[in-house]
Amino acid sequence: MRFPVLGPIPAMAAPDLHALANPLRFQRFATALTPWLLVLGLAFMTVGIWRGLFFAPPDYLQGETVRILYIHVPSAWFAMGGYLGMALAALAAMVWKHPLAALSVRAIAPVGALFAAICLITGSIWGRPTWGTWWVWDGRLTSMLVLFLLYLGVIALIHSHDDKARGLKMAGYLAIVGTLNLPIIKFSVEKWNTLHQPASIRLSGSSIHPDMLQPLLLSALGFLLLFAGLVLVRMRTLIAEQRLEMRAMRRAARAG
Amino acid sequence: MPHFPFIAAAYGITIALLGGFLVWSLWRMRRAERAVEEKR
Repeated sequence: MRFPVLGPIPAMAAPDLHALANPLRFQRFATALTPWLLVLGLAFMTVGIWRGLFFAPPDYLQGETVRILYIHVPSAWFAMGGYLGMALAALAAMVWKHPLAALSVRAIAPVGALFAAICLITGSIWGRPTWGTWWVWDGRLTSMLVLFLLYLGVIALIHSHDDKARGLKMAGYLAIVGTLNLPIIKFSVEKWNTLHQPASIRLSGSSIHPDMLQPLLLSALGFLLLFAGLVLVRMRTLIAEQRLEMRAMRRAARAG
Repeated sequence: MPHFPFIAAAYGITIALLGGFLVWSLWRMRRAERAVEEKR
């Protein structure tokens, strides 16, 4: 993996974000940023998880099983945050016809689906020793499953049409409508009876002990950087594949 | 109930999924970008 110097990025990004609307300029920006995001993401994740597994105290009720927290919670946060980002990108693609916004929708969907899957799997594994069951159809678990299915729906719609623009438009509608599920996930533990505990971290403060909170936040920062890095990797792939497709079409047009 | 198998399973699956997706994504990106470079 190459590590380009980050020098030119602020000059390019700060004064004029519209400059990044050009896919080639964006490609240069993404090429410089991707390795840093991936390596820093993995580093923060490793430190956070290491501290969570070996230095954080066990929970007074759940015991050692609480250590699943350090992967379950960040994956849930960024599965939801990623969905919001994807919906905003879909809106930007529809309203402003921004070329990179459409690419962002295609890039975020599989990464978000992966994070939602990790949240569901680790939650299920955490539920077995804590609640005595792998799964219950309560508000939080079901709405999180719906989020995962929405991601899969967006991916399926993107690939559902021979006309890519049409498939992307339909996927965009689903992404935007699906944001209705985000407040349902957030408030499901407060409004309905559920096995899932209410949020421990709020804007007003946290009820988690600092010895557990610090590794959680480190791990969350790692998950965030890794999410962003994976999205950039996917966007670079899509830009390169589009260029190859356009070249092949030009060649076919010349030959025909 | 022993806790270790649940913790190990949760972390094992997460690392396998994230690692697998990362490696596959990087491989696909490099293949596509190399193809663009070669056809230039």
